Amino acid sequence: MLLIDCPWCGPRDENEFQYGGEAHIARPKDPASLSDAQWADYLFMRGNPKGRHRERWMHRSGCRRWFNVERDTVSHAITAVYRMGEAPPATAKPAATGDATSAEPRSSGDPGQWPAGGAE
Amino acid sequence: MPAARYSIFSLLRNAATYHREWQAAWRSPDPKPAYDVIIVGGGGHGLATAYYLAKEHRISNVAVLEKGWLGGGNTGRNTTIVRSNYLWDESAHLYEHSLKLWESLSQELNFNVMFSPRGVLNLAHNLHDLRELQRRVNAIRLNGIDSEILTTAQVKAMVPILNCSPNIRYPVLGASLQRRGGVARHDAVAWGFARGADALGVDIIQNCEVTGIRREGDRVVGVETTRGFIGAAKIGCVAAGHSSVLASMAGLRLPIESHPLQALVSEPIKPILHTVVMSAAVHVYVSQSDKGELVIGAGIDAFNSYAQRGSLPIIEEIMASACVLFPMFSRLKMLRSWAGIVDVCPDASPIISGTPVKGLYFNCGWGTGGFKATPGSGWVFAHTLAQDRPHPLNAAFSLERFTSGALIDEHGAAAVAH
Repeated sequence: MLLIDCPWCGPRDENEFQYGGEAHIARPKDPASLSDAQWADYLFMRGNPKGRHRERWMHRSGCRRWFNVERDTVSHAITAVYRMGEAPPATAKPAATGDATSAEPRSSGDPGQWPAGGAE
Repeated sequence: MPAARYSIFSLLRNAATYHREWQAAWRSPDPKPAYDVIIVGGGGHGLATAYYLAKEHRISNVAVLEKGWLGGGNTGRNTTIVRSNYLWDESAHLYEHSLKLWESLSQELNFNVMFSPRGVLNLAHNLHDLRELQRRVNAIRLNGIDSEILTTAQVKAMVPILNCSPNIRYPVLGASLQRRGGVARHDAVAWGFARGADALGVDIIQNCEVTGIRREGDRVVGVETTRGFIGAAKIGCVAAGHSSVLASMAGLRLPIESHPLQALVSEPIKPILHTVVMSAAVHVYVSQSDKGELVIGAGIDAFNSYAQRGSLPIIEEIMASACVLFPMFSRLKMLRSWAGIVDVCPDASPIISGTPVKGLYFNCGWGTGGFKATPGSGWVFAHTLAQDRPHPLNAAFSLERFTSGALIDEHGAAAVAH
């Protein structure tokens, strides 16, 4: 069970909240100029780190506002809660894998024989 | 190599020596410096891949690397349901191929996987459910797969303990039934494939965690492990919830998020439920194991996690659903609950594919429903690894579909009910 400290309502039971997935994925400024691979990266590819994860939550049964949470995906410990639009807190150590903080869509690598979005 | 066949005679012979002379079912060799193919992940899918690589493609210089013990991940944590009643052609063909392998798997492996085709019921609780099930049944039958619609009376006759009263909030209006579906013994599947692969020369190496994937240019050359570097020109990752972790070692991102999926079993009771009952609207799926425990499965916890534990509200919801459908279950004590980490794709379909890195392949994204696919998944992945191109059965399940947009949206058949 998570005890989530809503920035407006204070600490509440996980049951009151709705999860919104990885945070800081900015919608591309000029969607029409994106390649299919870049669009796939924005839509589907995720950091999914084992460790520190920045994610969105909404206080569904309370103030119904969205905010960001930094949480460890192994211990479930919440290390930071901050409002939409605020900069994420400086991270002492990056997540064990992946990078959940990038706001820019990534470019796709050389497609090669098995073309796929998500290559760095 | 332990190639002794199991039979009534081997059972009698070993009974005469008080069962102290049984050989180990597989060796535990030290890793060689290099292999033709390395499979990362010693669950059912990984072991099946190794077995079919050796059996169908004559590639036996293969290692299966497992960070824990065989079948200790999702293979040992699922609710063991096997079925192939999927809506879309691509899924139907893949899962049906798997179901056909299940039907002769015990004979194939000379190991009793206890596959029990006891039927799988999917309940409809409103008119929309019923029409959706009818559409699915029609699509499934067009693909040559058995499926039929039952009326409320037929459902009641088949499962007398099911609450079919018209006066409840979610009355049972009918159901679809796949008679060839059922359950199997999950541990036996891992052990059977491990024994079969080992007998064909595959090295199964437990307690060996992959910590890095070594690349030279655009191709892989091997893996770093807790037991040193092991070389291989082809690496197949079959690591379920940890697929993103492996992908990031090679600088790749996957369209996958990892979630806990919980299940629980009751105290053992006498046989009362001889089939599998699943409901999407009331959100529960239940069967009774041969030991007498009711095996009850839940939905995923919404948040990302690698913790193999979920939150209590999910359990409360699933038990409430079970008690609505089966009021007599309210007197049962639950014995234990657990969670596995499932790798969920945006379209609820797996990825069985090569990657932009040459020699690196992924078999992942099975999400909440991978157990039923174990033999078929290994069969097509072995083909993909051996031939360096997909089999027609898994061509549509490529990583490329997320770029092309040709998703295989199976949420209707897969999101809840596994």
